[in-house]
Parts: sequence; structure tokens; C-alpha cells
Amino acid sequence: MSTTLDTAPIPSFEDEDSGPRKIAIICSKGSLDMAYPGLVLANAALGEGIETHMFFTFWGFDIINKKTLDHLQFSPVGNPATHMPTALMGLPGMQAFATHMMKKQIEGLDVPAVPEFLDLITDAGGHLWACRMSADMMHLDEDDLHDEVEGIISASDFMELSKGAQLLFI
Amino acid sequence: MSTATLAGRDVHVDAEGFLTEYDEWDDDLAKVLAANIGVDLTDEHWAAIRFLREDFVAEGETPTLRRVTNVGGIATKDLFRLFPGKPAKKMAYIAGLPKPVGCV
Repeated sequence: MSTTLDTAPIPSFEDEDSGPRKIAIICSKGSLDMAYPGLVLANAALGEGIETHMFFTFWGFDIINKKTLDHLQFSPVGNPATHMPTALMGLPGMQAFATHMMKKQIEGLDVPAVPEFLDLITDAGGHLWACRMSADMMHLDEDDLHDEVEGIISASDFMELSKGAQLLFI
Repeated sequence: MSTATLAGRDVHVDAEGFLTEYDEWDDDLAKVLAANIGVDLTDEHWAAIRFLREDFVAEGETPTLRRVTNVGGIATKDLFRLFPGKPAKKMAYIAGLPKPVGCV
């Protein structure tokens, strides 16, 4: 069914109904399978013109720690996503194998590895923040973290900067 | 699907205004589409739009931002500068292609 319009519609690329959107994503886990949801959603939000902040806390620190960010692991132990008996998942070599498989699948989808993903997010204008208490616990400072991390901030600093933002805890 | 008059001719568009027929697009139409959303086309814009058009033919779908960077060789930062706010969708609109469907 074809209709003829007087004027072609023009897509709205602004959020004039609700004002500019803002999102803050709290990344609290550092396993490979828990790192990706935050990275994918942050990147998608940026592509939609949404101001995006990522706050890395506790085990989520592994995602921005230079020593670990390229070596995140997929832990199959007690992970129902494997659909395999837990007793088998604890066998030697199983975690390395599962991690290898997941990395291969991610690469197959042309989705970037963690270091490149962080660069992509900051190139797109995303903001990365590290949690003060986690840094103190792990004896890390800004030199230990991905270069684009803007600062190590307290929980109350995070509350201030996430004012008016939609929140996501992962 | 609807037809509407753009740049002095009838073209097919979807409900949002994205062109639905690859072959109905040309440079003159791109200029009108760009002006509709407030984009002033420079050589840098054209390079991105030409890549989108070529890649669509090769792959059968509109490239994602990451693909425009990795395969098309245009830095992510530049894409956000050239097509502020929602670069992937703005580029697709001007290039007369559907919105990209990929997640990354």
C-alpha cells in the first residue's frame, strides 16, 4: 500500500520531548562475561547522543586496570550460562578453554576486545571514572589505570556527577 | 511505504523519512537530506557517505560506526564531529540507507 505525502518526514535526531539524556553505568564485576554488557551499552548510548559515564568499582576495576584489562577471564564455575555440570567446570584448564571460546565468539561478531572497546568509548566522548575505595583497597593509583580514566572519585563524587542520569548497575 | 517529493522528484521513504530505494539516491538528494537535519556537507562528510553507499552494496546492510572507522578508515572522533549526536543514524539518513542494525 503506497501513499503520497506532500512533504517527506524528517527524522528527529534530538530528544526535544524530555531534554538531553544522560546515563551512568556502574561496572562492579571484572569477569569477561560481565564486562561486555556495560561496554556494549555505553557504546550504544554514545551513538545515540546520550551523555555517558562509566564508574568502575570493586571487581569492575579489572576492566580498567592496565595489568588485567586485556586478560579478563570467563569463569565457568557455578556459571549457569555454560549449561554444563558444575563438577566438570572446575577441572584444570576449563576456565582458560571457556575464556578462549568466548573471546573467539566476540571476535567473530567483530566486537572489539576490552582495550580497544575502552578507546572506542572515550573516542565517542564517553567518561570513565574509577572508585576511590577500590583504588585504596587494591593499592592502585591513576598510573595503574587505563590512560583515559578521568579520575579516581569517591562514592559521593559519583552521586554528584550522576545527578539526573539514568542508572545501570552491572 | 510512502512516496514524497524531495529535490524536485518523487522518492520512496519510510515513516521516519529514511529513503527505502537505494537507486533513488544521488548527490543532489544527499544535499537536501543533509540540509534537512542541519548538516553542511564538506569533503569529509562526502567521504563517509560514499563509504556507506559502497559498503551497503558489498555487505547488504548499513555499516555500523565501528565499521566506518575500521574498514572505512574514518576516526570515531571525526564521525562524532561531522555528524554530531547520532552519527550512525545521521550518516545513514543522508546516504539514503536504512538505519544500521548492528549493536557495536
